[in-house]
Amino acid sequence: MNEILLILGMTLVTFGVRYPVLALVGRMQLPEPVTRALKYVPPAVLTAIIFPLMFLQEGALFISPDNAYLIAGIASIVIAWRTRNLLLTILLGMVIFLVWRVLTDGLSL
Amino acid sequence: MEPTHAIEQTRTRRQEFIAGMQATLPLELGAIPFGIIFGALAVTGDRPLTPAAALGMSAFVFAGSAQFIGINLYAQGLALPFIVLTTFIVNLRHALYSASLAPYMKHLPQRWLLPLGFCLTDESYAVVIQRYTQADSSPYKHWFYFGSALLMYANWQLCTLIGILAGQIISQEQAQSLGLDFALVVTFIGIVVPLLVTRPMLLSALAAGITAVALDGLPNKMGLMIAALVGIAAGYIAETYFSTPKTDEDISTPAPLIEQEGQAR
Repeated sequence: MNEILLILGMTLVTFGVRYPVLALVGRMQLPEPVTRALKYVPPAVLTAIIFPLMFLQEGALFISPDNAYLIAGIASIVIAWRTRNLLLTILLGMVIFLVWRVLTDGLSL
Repeated sequence: MEPTHAIEQTRTRRQEFIAGMQATLPLELGAIPFGIIFGALAVTGDRPLTPAAALGMSAFVFAGSAQFIGINLYAQGLALPFIVLTTFIVNLRHALYSASLAPYMKHLPQRWLLPLGFCLTDESYAVVIQRYTQADSSPYKHWFYFGSALLMYANWQLCTLIGILAGQIISQEQAQSLGLDFALVVTFIGIVVPLLVTRPMLLSALAAGITAVALDGLPNKMGLMIAALVGIAAGYIAETYFSTPKTDEDISTPAPLIEQEGQAR
C-alpha cells in the first residue's frame, strides 16, 4: 500500500511539473526570475544529495584517506571535469571506488 | 549534426521518428547503467521495493534522478509527503525544459502533448530542442520527439528489469561491496560537474553541498530541502553580480543536463 502511494505521489508531482508548463506556455510565459532560478535547481539539488554521502559517515564528518566515497568522489569530479563524459565518469569512478575500498579495507567480497 | 541538404527537403513522419531515435542512441550509454543500478538498488537495501513496485515506478514516474532519490529516502524510512516534496524539487528543472519547448509545440493537440509531456527527460530534451531550433520548417518535428521519447522509455523499462533481476541474485552486503551505493554518487557527479561552467553555477552547487553537510542531522531530511533552496538562492544572487551578456540566450535555450556526445568542450 505504501509503495502504491509512493509511486502515485511521485507520478503526480513529476507529471505535474512536466506537462502543464508544456501545455500552457504557448499562451503564457514563465516570469523571467522563475526561469532564472530554475537554472540552479539541478546543481543545487544534486550536490546537496552527493556531499553528505561523500563527507559524512553515520552523521559525523569523515575526512580521511580511508573514506572511499570521498576519495573516489574527488577522483570522479576531476574525471567529469576533464572529460565531460558521463559514461566514462561512471565507469572510471566505480573502478576507483572498488579498488580504493579493497586497498583500505582488504578484500571483502 | 545532419548535413544541411538532408533537412532541406521535408522529412516524412517515419524519417523524423527514426532520426529522433538515432539522435538519442548515444545518450542511452549513460542511461543504461543508470537504469540497471536503479533496478538493483530498488529491490535491495534496507527497505526494498517489491519487483512490481520497482517496475511500476519506472513505468509511471519515469524520471531517473527522482526515482533514485525516492527509493533512497524511502529506504531511510522517510514519511511519504517528504519524499514526494523532495521528488518535486528534484524535478523542477523539467519546468524549464517544458517552457523552452512549449513555443514550438503549441499547435499540437492534447493527444500529442500529454504523452510527450509525460516522457520529457534530460536526454530527450537535449536532442529535441536541437531539432526544433534547426531552421527547416518540417511539420513533423514532434515525430522526432516521439522517436526519442519512445526509445528512452523502452530502454528505461528494460534496464530497470535487468537491474531488478541482478538485484534478486545478489545480497545487500554484496551490493554494497560492489559499490552500488557509490553508483548514485558518481552518476550525479557526472551530471553536475559539466554544468558548473559559470561562477554562479559553481557557487550554487557549493552552497547547497556545504549546507546539506551542515544540516544533515535535521529530521525528515529537511536539510536537503533547505540546502537546495540555499543553493538556488546563492546562484540567483551571484548571477546578478557576475552576469554576462550570454544570460538571455541561456534562458531561452537552457543547457540540457546531459551533453550530447561530441559537444564536449
